[in-house]
Amino acid sequence: MATNEVLVELKDVRMYFPVLAGLLRSKVADVKAVDGVSFFIRNGETLGLVGESGCGKTTTGRCVLRLYDITSGKVYFEGHDITKWRGERLRRIRRNMQLIFQDPYSSLDPRMTAGDIIGEPLLVHKLVKGKEYREQVNELLRMVELEPRMARRYPHEFSGGQRQRIGIARALALRPKFIVCDEPVSALDVSIQAQIITLLMRLREELNLTYLFIAHDLSVVRHISDRVAVMYLGKIVEITSSDELYDNPLHPYSLALLSAIPIPDPVVDRQRKRILLTGDVPSPIFPPPGCNFHPRCNLAQDICRQAEPELKNIGGEHWVACHLVSK
Amino acid sequence: MGLVGESACGKSVSALSIMRLIPNPPGMIVGGEIIFEGRDLLKVSEEEIRHIRGNRISMVFQEATTSLNPVLTVKRQLTESLELHRRLGKQAAHDEAVRLLKLVGIPDAERRLNDYPHQFSGGMQQRIMFAIAVSCNPSLIIADEPTTSVDVTVQAQLLEIMNNLRKEFGTAVIIITHNMGVVARYVDHVHVMYAGRLTESGPTEVIYGQPRHPYTIGLINSVPRLDLRRKRDLYIIPGLPPNLARLPKTICAFSPRCKYAISECREQRPELEQVGEDHYAACLRSKEIPELVEAG
Repeated sequence: MATNEVLVELKDVRMYFPVLAGLLRSKVADVKAVDGVSFFIRNGETLGLVGESGCGKTTTGRCVLRLYDITSGKVYFEGHDITKWRGERLRRIRRNMQLIFQDPYSSLDPRMTAGDIIGEPLLVHKLVKGKEYREQVNELLRMVELEPRMARRYPHEFSGGQRQRIGIARALALRPKFIVCDEPVSALDVSIQAQIITLLMRLREELNLTYLFIAHDLSVVRHISDRVAVMYLGKIVEITSSDELYDNPLHPYSLALLSAIPIPDPVVDRQRKRILLTGDVPSPIFPPPGCNFHPRCNLAQDICRQAEPELKNIGGEHWVACHLVSK
Repeated sequence: MGLVGESACGKSVSALSIMRLIPNPPGMIVGGEIIFEGRDLLKVSEEEIRHIRGNRISMVFQEATTSLNPVLTVKRQLTESLELHRRLGKQAAHDEAVRLLKLVGIPDAERRLNDYPHQFSGGMQQRIMFAIAVSCNPSLIIADEPTTSVDVTVQAQLLEIMNNLRKEFGTAVIIITHNMGVVARYVDHVHVMYAGRLTESGPTEVIYGQPRHPYTIGLINSVPRLDLRRKRDLYIIPGLPPNLARLPKTICAFSPRCKYAISECREQRPELEQVGEDHYAACLRSKEIPELVEAG
């Protein structure tokens, strides 16, 4: 269960990647993948992060794990400012945070057996060896509903869903408190998605895990998350509880995103209002001035083209970055 | 019409068969008939099928990036079929190409005509695919997972364009997808496939309202729904889809994963039977299914 204690926090985090060009590979511009993102996740809570491809979801997840040296801002974990941590100290705190990848095909080393893949973190961190090691690997396999005898098989002998289970077991090996799930089900078939989502939710209860759940599918995110953050072009545009986001979405982009997702029930879906966006997501190298979203927004006014809206609390735990939303 | 099912259930192969695009060898259409506008496409000559393909029936593939030719301009790819099938002159074909690009919502169409596919984003490339598909006013468009690789807001735009084209030109559309939401929103008549066979077919409202095949029930209930506040448990279809090469012919292919399976299901393969008006299901227990679901 979620407590009030904050486990992870980002404060105004920016992550720019340089664009190099010319003979001397000089820097000509920045890709502003993450541009001033702030949020927190409470202990035991699941925060969903949704947005379209290229909006900076994955980069945000990696900033939380300190897989990058961020351009500016602060990253806190269990109250420690870990922004500048390096070496042994970073390695030790990283045991508490893990990552589950999107693609179960490329994230497992094809030349290692399932058992070696799952047990590797235990060996790297020199936690156990010998008989105890094998017992822990078997226990991890059972946790993700695989059988211990499968430890000797190689990734290609498993189906997509089973590989994703191996990826999850590897993430659990160090008994982390916090896991970043980066699109963990979007590469899987529908019937297998339900299996993996249910598994992740069960593990969360049993092991008291905290998730940052990154996905583009808002229905999956709503199902698993307590709160949801909507991202657009490197910025968070709205953040609130998952029920509130569906019942009372305020940012025009959240509205469009919600209406773009059809509900698998023809009677219900055909009564919904549809908002169609025009155009594509702009380039994060030269984001539009003012509000990032204004070129695609059907409500845009002069102020939206000039000033950048701030993420404001409009009551409860509902935050929106839009000029047109007032308290 | 919508054709739904999971990966490797035979959706795409069915569609490619209609176009007679199954590579031979190794593939071969071993039986049956494909009736299109009153003719059996399996009996027409190679010459005739080429005339039908792209002209009367056209196809939109999943990955626009790999389906468009990277070394030809968009103009060349659009005008090719216009000149070939509709016998338009150079200028007429050019004008028509501009009109088509505008139709699918590409801004600045006149100028962008001379660009190459890589200069467009994924969503824009898929729009170009749609423009090529409708260029010869086909009577049937087959869209094979047309929006799986694009973002949700772009997906909504593309499907809306396709829906408008359908209304405007009266074109029949087959959408192949695994997304039950897309089916609910855009499809009139659903065919559900499992392990290479049709398991259920009927009007969309009926399929979602009173499904008669356990696989259909599983498909509909295994996806999280955006509109449900209560965190219900997802319905889980246990296990994996079968290996089509080792599939026994004498059992119901879904029986190993079916919670309503009885011993008879493992002794014979069910055929499609009528269970309602325009509604067919291939399940031995299809008549009892509503009661069984009610009982839990």
